[in-house]
Amino acid sequence: MAVEVKTKETNEIETEQLATGCEAIAEAIRLADVDVMAAYPIRPYDGVMQAAAKLIANGKMDVEYIVADGEHSQFEIVKHACAVGARVFVGSSGVGWFYAFEAIAVTAGLRLPVVAICGNRALDDPGAFGTEHNDSLAVRDLGWLLPWAETAQEALDLALMAWRVAEDKRVSLPVAIGLDGAFLTHSQHIVKIPTQAAVDRFLPKFDLGDRLLHPDNPITIAPQVDQDWLMEIRRQNDAAMRNALGVIREAHADFKRIFGRGGESPFLDEYMTDDAEVVVIGQGTLSLPMKVAIRRLRKERGLKIGLVRLKWFRPFPTEEVVKSLRRFKAVGVIDRDYSFGSPYYGGVLYNEIRSALYSQEKRPVIVGFIAGLGGREIEQPMATEIFEKTMAAGKGDLAAGDTCHWIGVRE
Amino acid sequence: MAEERSVSIEVVYRGIFQKTLAQRICRSVVLAARKRGHTGTAFARYGDSPERNGVPAKQFAVVAADELELEASMAKYEPSVVDVSIAVDDTLVKGVESWAWYGRQPIWKPVRANGWLLVTSDKKPDEVLAQTDKAERPYTLGIVPGGASFAGLWVYKDDHTDFRVLGALAKILPQWIALDDAKAASLELAKGDQSAVASVQYGYDATTMRRVKDGEGTSGHEVLQFKKPGWTKMRPGVIVEARKPGERNPYYKKYGARTMRPVVNFDTCIKCTMCWLDCPDECFEVTPEGHYEVVYEACIGCGICAQVCPVKDCIVMVDELKFTDNKDKWQLWKTDHSKYNSWFEDMSGVSADPKKGASGSVPPNANPAANAATNPGADPAANPTTSAGGDE
Repeated sequence: MAVEVKTKETNEIETEQLATGCEAIAEAIRLADVDVMAAYPIRPYDGVMQAAAKLIANGKMDVEYIVADGEHSQFEIVKHACAVGARVFVGSSGVGWFYAFEAIAVTAGLRLPVVAICGNRALDDPGAFGTEHNDSLAVRDLGWLLPWAETAQEALDLALMAWRVAEDKRVSLPVAIGLDGAFLTHSQHIVKIPTQAAVDRFLPKFDLGDRLLHPDNPITIAPQVDQDWLMEIRRQNDAAMRNALGVIREAHADFKRIFGRGGESPFLDEYMTDDAEVVVIGQGTLSLPMKVAIRRLRKERGLKIGLVRLKWFRPFPTEEVVKSLRRFKAVGVIDRDYSFGSPYYGGVLYNEIRSALYSQEKRPVIVGFIAGLGGREIEQPMATEIFEKTMAAGKGDLAAGDTCHWIGVRE
Repeated sequence: MAEERSVSIEVVYRGIFQKTLAQRICRSVVLAARKRGHTGTAFARYGDSPERNGVPAKQFAVVAADELELEASMAKYEPSVVDVSIAVDDTLVKGVESWAWYGRQPIWKPVRANGWLLVTSDKKPDEVLAQTDKAERPYTLGIVPGGASFAGLWVYKDDHTDFRVLGALAKILPQWIALDDAKAASLELAKGDQSAVASVQYGYDATTMRRVKDGEGTSGHEVLQFKKPGWTKMRPGVIVEARKPGERNPYYKKYGARTMRPVVNFDTCIKCTMCWLDCPDECFEVTPEGHYEVVYEACIGCGICAQVCPVKDCIVMVDELKFTDNKDKWQLWKTDHSKYNSWFEDMSGVSADPKKGASGSVPPNANPAANAATNPGADPAANPTTSAGGDE
């Protein structure tokens, strides 16, 4: 599906940089005029730390840059800074993300719009630096919004979207942007850096309103509650998460209007799906080798195959996903994560997609693939295998369908 | 009455101080009923944890004819209706207001019509009833002889309050707890100490019963209610309004935690501010004359003010059951000085005029914290805290 690039409404000149995903995020921190960021090193998130520190050192950015004594403190610092009205940024990776888990878990309940990145990394031990999505996905049930970026450009764009959506009063929830370790965090791409004026038009000043913790507005945030209160708190968060879908749509439309980028749908990026009979769906950078395979297999074998890339995992765009996927005979879901002991021994996304489509009378065959764990490359023979298995399932090969396949694992 | 298939008992106690006592009572109920083949469960109201000193809390025992019947009582925080409510401190009859219940409640609130309210007390039934909220349905008030007990605390000797209460229960619920079973269970719980059996028998014999008719009791206690809001009404982010300066929480007044209250001799007060400074709940208000008066709705009766007061017998801790309301007394002192002083002497048992010395005995003390406070605290020379100059 072709992406129509709209003319920008002004003639402001964007600059181009060769930037990693982490550097692109640092540029977004500068453009968003973040007040407080908290840092603690862990690969691959630490690329943002370094890039942001350099911007400050060079006098290009003014942000309260707090190096914490660990990830838990990191997330506590921004949570509290956010409560007193600071626009904040934070991030971590892999087990560091887990070390912050207590703070992460309570941030959404307090409705504090913290923006974070999770530089996706396998959960060691044993030490592995490569990308795996289980770190981000561990917070999927906690009320965090979870978008995934494909490129450094999208990392920057999603970060600007993240503050806008998170800080919207109808949402007021934290966002954690997933960036694939190495492939995105540490690979340089050409990135368009928008002008400050354009960003200022897109991103209003952060205003917590009457929820601001300030001596002039004496309130208590998070008093002790018991069983008489929790369900109401959860239901409120649920409403905010539901609101987020509409707010993302609004923000996406504005983003396209102001910056001229962003694609058709805020939630899905479809590639060569117009005539496709079989597609694969996944998140993050695994789309890149799959697109190569689609072009190659279409050319070599005339296969009618395509790709749907999911941009937001939470809130899960059920309507859009159902509308898109029910057109196809078979859908292969590629997970760069795994859920041990889950239904059909599948990945997290696999089971979410199956669940989303269950209500449909006519639904495609769904095949799960576990691929690229721990940062393993998805090479072309693997991509071919994924499409072949999905197509076989579409033709009624039950051995291939309704199950999950490990791709590229040594027997 | 149709054959009862289960019986529910609650023990209302003072948080921390009587937690183990309450637990022992509930356990002994189930273990005694078990002797007849009944089954049961004993549990605490988890929502009250972490308990705070003196705050009313509850534990429960449910005994049932069989396991199926018991299921209805399992996985509950608290039964909404009980057959018997047991208050192990007689000041609790003024109503309970715990952290989890949102507002003061009459002590009999969950007791079913024609159920029982057992109170451990050394007072007469009518004295206790005079401080109990006006009944809205008939019940029987039972006084189990004995003062408020701290036997469950590790530093206190066992005094068999639990066995006396078990004996009283055997008297009112013989179909569930037979006297012989109660004795057998107590003997096991006391590891063969025969005096436990005597205590069960004493509780059985000495508990005095008084039928309470609809409308008997006092209407002097304030009714506090708190309506829990729905999710569409709550502020996002678990936010609640802070109290404005000088404003006190209208829902949670804390006085339900009080077993003794401080009374102030304004004549001897030297306006040193120590009580005002040291009160952990900021209960003191400054009068136009510069004295310090207790806001009794906010006071938990911890006794720290009496302890830090450098003047002998200026702040005296007095048994809470002597008072019928939370009104301040400063106005009375101002308008009718001699009437105030005779009131002060009557309540505190000490002379309002320091030159005359003590005019009576200090009443028996129910609160260990207050105990430490009243006795040595009134004499600055005997009190290292005050003689050392407090924070200086």
